Amino acid sequence: MSRDTARKTDTSPPSSGAGPDLDHLRHLYTQMLRIRRFEEAAARAYTQGKISGFLHLYIGQEAIAVATADLMEPGDRVVTTYRDHGFAIALGCDSGACMAELFGKATGLVGGVGGSMHFFAKDKGLWGGYAIVGSHVPVAAGHAFASKYNQDGRVTLCFLGEGAMHIGATAEGMNLAGLWRLPIVFVIENNMYAMGTPLSRQSPVDDLTSRAPGWALASDRFVVNDVLETRTRLAEAVAHARNENRPALVELLTYRFRGHSMSDPGKYRTKDEVDEWRSRDPLHRSEQQLRDAGITEDALTAIDDGIIAEMDAATAFADESPLPEPAHRFRHNLIEDV
Amino acid sequence: MATLQIREALRAAIDEEMARDERVFVMGEEVGHYDGAYKVTEGLLKKYGERRVVDTPIAEAGFAGIGIGAAMCGLRPIIEFMTFNFSAVAFDQILNNAAKLHQLTAGQFTLPMVFRGPNGAAHMLSSTHSQAFESFYCGFPGVKVVSVATPYDAKGLLKTAIRDDNPIIFFESEIMYANRGEVPDEEYLIPIGKADIKRPLTGTGIGVTVITWGQGLSVALAAAELAAPEGLDCEVIDLRSLRPLDDEAVLASVRKTNRVVLVYHGWPYGGTGAEVSDRIQRLAFDHLDAPVLRVCYEDVNMPYAENLEQLVLPSPAKALEAFREVAYRKV
Repeated sequence: MSRDTARKTDTSPPSSGAGPDLDHLRHLYTQMLRIRRFEEAAARAYTQGKISGFLHLYIGQEAIAVATADLMEPGDRVVTTYRDHGFAIALGCDSGACMAELFGKATGLVGGVGGSMHFFAKDKGLWGGYAIVGSHVPVAAGHAFASKYNQDGRVTLCFLGEGAMHIGATAEGMNLAGLWRLPIVFVIENNMYAMGTPLSRQSPVDDLTSRAPGWALASDRFVVNDVLETRTRLAEAVAHARNENRPALVELLTYRFRGHSMSDPGKYRTKDEVDEWRSRDPLHRSEQQLRDAGITEDALTAIDDGIIAEMDAATAFADESPLPEPAHRFRHNLIEDV
Repeated sequence: MATLQIREALRAAIDEEMARDERVFVMGEEVGHYDGAYKVTEGLLKKYGERRVVDTPIAEAGFAGIGIGAAMCGLRPIIEFMTFNFSAVAFDQILNNAAKLHQLTAGQFTLPMVFRGPNGAAHMLSSTHSQAFESFYCGFPGVKVVSVATPYDAKGLLKTAIRDDNPIIFFESEIMYANRGEVPDEEYLIPIGKADIKRPLTGTGIGVTVITWGQGLSVALAAAELAAPEGLDCEVIDLRSLRPLDDEAVLASVRKTNRVVLVYHGWPYGGTGAEVSDRIQRLAFDHLDAPVLRVCYEDVNMPYAENLEQLVLPSPAKALEAFREVAYRKV
């Protein structure tokens, strides 16, 4: 693997040069808020019967997708689970196309064939959107294998829930990544529950990075409180993967404020527990940091108003978009089916 | 014209395609340093190095997934299963990723890759190592499925499969790797989706269409030999491609003979043989003079004991019995 030494030190956020990266923080906050407002709009549309199937919301975990999108270099890839809307928004997918996909419309991100769980936008670096737990881990390792084969300097970031740590494909993918020193970072978004099953009933150990040495993966583990800290620490793992062929396993302790999916009332968690995590909401922390840096309430309101308008427009766009043509169900099953 | 074993013909196909296209690589258990469990990949590591001939640990889901991920990046993996029995633990990768991602991404990604290896019963390997997987892999859209029975077909179809931009399931046979046959010296390709008549009608006697593929071919040809002196004139059609199916080749023969027997390795319940039967009754109902019969595995798990295994497997004697039955020549 060729090494770009210039990149090696470049793990810190870009500086605007004015103040404590106010522009940068405002950008990250705006992106996080866009995800939250998108998810809230999707939840409303779901309760109105505009969206069907499964809808897994990313509310509470936004800092992870935003930090990731911010640190990626062109050509880097994100491979994630069915809880994928946040990454799509963070990576620059059009919110209207995302909403239209949830509505099953022709204008959706993948033309209405995938739905909530299967967002793909190759040119934005979003390489899925996988709904069989753990199944994407070896696939992501395959992207990294290709990067090594082609010596292209790209890094693959593979996200998985803590619930994916106990299935065979995950272990096989991580073992091969470690064995072949592939340029990949596996990121566990440990939101403490695999649907309704807490980690204590999934794993004999709390610290999931305790498995990393067995696969020769570097590791890091921390609570996602702060989007900038998350960015910095993930960037470090990515830099090692890129420059030193050192794959990593990073465990992020986080929390989804909603149920597993829209059909889940979340009765397996106490109100106190949910409230405690909500009080540490990374979105609110960023908002406070902006206030501390001198941003006005009017400016914050203007950001939110703009985002709410964007998501209203996205919902209207999805609502008004046409259904896919009947013949489209025959497309792309094989290459010959155009 | 060279005379090659099937394994040599397969190796020649892989070798030529690797030389032709830098993106082609081979991955699987023992494909490199061991030179292949069945020596299909013998010598390729020495020629192409570890970058392109990749030994894996025993992790079919892992390396099938790696191949899928690499194919999505534009590489052209050949994933060898030591036997398709082991593909069962990679089934999710093939079913949910390889077969679906082109459609699921609205064409953003293609999966130009081949999953290949021996399939079906060999000899006294018991139930877990004697299974024919075509019914599973033909049972869903998004893949093409090929089964080869001669060195000529093996080389020509594998080269085509490697160049195809779809995921291809490519069936070989452990007990046929040493079978010899003529292979042209010059390059050739065989299109996927075309059946081949391996034994034409002679025009004397009662015609019977015998449809087969893979290991079934030798059984069908032997049975046709036995049947000829009885005035049963068999046209043996090797499907070669199981998905897509060459309906026209099948129907053209049925219209001539009005009698059909399928001879193949695989269980009778559902699956590829049942699919072919269904198409014949739907598309050529008025041409049939007898029910379509199938000579395949008995509907049991394969026993180890030699005498029991022989009872379960299709045989020339069983096929001959079926030919007589469709010709109303019960003896």
